[in-house]
Amino acid sequence: MTVTDEVRSPARASGQPLLEASGVTMQFGGLLAVNDVNLSVHEGEILGLIGPNGAGKTTFFNCLTGLYKPTRGQVRFNGVPLAPKPRAVVEAGMARTFQNIRLFANMTALENVMVGRYCRTSSMALTSILHGPKYRKEEAATRARAQELLDFVGLGRSSEHLARNMPYGDQRRLEIARALATDPKLILLDEPTAGMNPLETRQASDLIFKIRDSGLSVVVIEHDMRFIFGLCDRVLCLVRGETLVEGTPIEVQSDSRVIEAYIGTGESDDEDAGQDTPAGGDEEGKS
Amino acid sequence: MDQFFQQLVNGLTLGSLYALIAVGYTVVYGIVQLINFAHGEVFMIGAFGALSTYLLFFDGQTGVWILPIMIVGAIIASVVTAVAMERVAYRPLRNAPRLAPLITAIGISVFLQELVRVFYDRIPFADFPSAKQRIPFPQLDGVSGKAVEVGDVTIQRSAIFTVAALVVCAILLWYFINRTKLGRGMLAVSQDPDTARLMGINVDRIIVVAFALGAVLAAVAGVSQGLQNNNIDFKMGFIAGLKAFTAAVLGGIGNIQGAVFGGLVLGVVESMATQYVPGQFGGGTWKDVWAFVLLILVLVFRPQGLLGARVVDRA
Repeated sequence: MTVTDEVRSPARASGQPLLEASGVTMQFGGLLAVNDVNLSVHEGEILGLIGPNGAGKTTFFNCLTGLYKPTRGQVRFNGVPLAPKPRAVVEAGMARTFQNIRLFANMTALENVMVGRYCRTSSMALTSILHGPKYRKEEAATRARAQELLDFVGLGRSSEHLARNMPYGDQRRLEIARALATDPKLILLDEPTAGMNPLETRQASDLIFKIRDSGLSVVVIEHDMRFIFGLCDRVLCLVRGETLVEGTPIEVQSDSRVIEAYIGTGESDDEDAGQDTPAGGDEEGKS
Repeated sequence: MDQFFQQLVNGLTLGSLYALIAVGYTVVYGIVQLINFAHGEVFMIGAFGALSTYLLFFDGQTGVWILPIMIVGAIIASVVTAVAMERVAYRPLRNAPRLAPLITAIGISVFLQELVRVFYDRIPFADFPSAKQRIPFPQLDGVSGKAVEVGDVTIQRSAIFTVAALVVCAILLWYFINRTKLGRGMLAVSQDPDTARLMGINVDRIIVVAFALGAVLAAVAGVSQGLQNNNIDFKMGFIAGLKAFTAAVLGGIGNIQGAVFGGLVLGVVESMATQYVPGQFGGGTWKDVWAFVLLILVLVFRPQGLLGARVVDRA
């Protein structure tokens, strides 16, 4: 990748983590989708979240962003406990994109991004009907900022296109622009390169570096290992809702349990009994 | 030919009234997928709000300058009713099966009718007439009285007011939806409420705004109806609400332009049917039949409505 370790390290700030999730557990009836997951993200850090399908990555994201109320556990942002309400989360400074693109299909690219500005602008019902000078100024500022963000993700020329008519890769970028419009300190990307070709994937990781360099922290869910290991400062691997390994890309990459979790060990693949070594090792690793 | 233009004028007048009410159905449906059958009562209460304002402050006067104040009174009455209805009756049912709010809506409709019928003349500190029979609506200079003659076509002054009100409301509404922050929030919520919530939009507030918006237009319609018919009564919301709902479905429910267009089409079809359907099926008594025949035809051949896009149900 273009960014080397020397460039990366100064951005990795120490001290209090920006996002700190402790013991997050999400239970749906009898299904333990996320079990006691801890996560901390520091300022300017890119953290990767990997794991096989159904490992609970997206569910964990939903817990972080207030879409789900975790059964147990706490999420702290900037040291303050976060109420499990999407609006509170956005206002605190955390934004996200979705695994299945969820744009406002019948709005233009620009309007989509302007919706992202919603919680950062003050004008309310009456002022927007009477639209005084303050309102007009704010509306113009919103528009300008939205255009700026479209330029930032490389969609500056598509601002008047309807979201549903845009090519797939552009829709992913647009989602990122919309998330950035909420002025986040941390952005959560759920499979930002799903369905992309190698060129688009490379562009996506350049964009993520660019976002990080502008001072944001990034948490990214991805299946593309090369993408993740080239991008992240730290990687967390979830398996069946539990943290299997956490460490630098090199540590995680070489961890035999991660490889087993993805490929299987052969004997234990069909059994959930858990007396085999990977599960046992996991248990020890956590305590 | 004069007959044609006369009926066209009548139809557009009637249609404007339907359109003003229909927007309320469609806006609320677009946001929460609820058919608010009590919307006709919001319209009725708007008319009573205007009447009350007149009786309280301007009884006996006829200056046209009173009209804007009456409209404000109507809007306040309607908006308060609609917002309270949302808060008390619909919000607790937000996650209930869809049948529950629908039946609640019918219940509220009956409740509000009876409330006005029984209690209107018992409001303390005011000397209001009983609403058990029709109450004369104040006639103001300029918007009632002598009709305007254009060639052989007679245009009532109240009709001019109604059509003008629709035009003004439609323009303001378009501006509000497409050019303001709240309008953008409404569009976002109507397309994907969960994502909108995750973008930091207060969905509850947007829903209240949708109800209030519909109520404002219904209030204007209430005043128009009062001026046109010279009287109002507690039942006026029922048939008007039903027709406006038809108009909203006709245009494609959830689509604001569709509601306006559907209202106008319905009004014109009714008027034309009165004039041109021959024999025993013509005339005023059959106009409602033709209105609903039109609805059935549209639902059979174009179920998404005249302007509605075929939408895939949300995943």
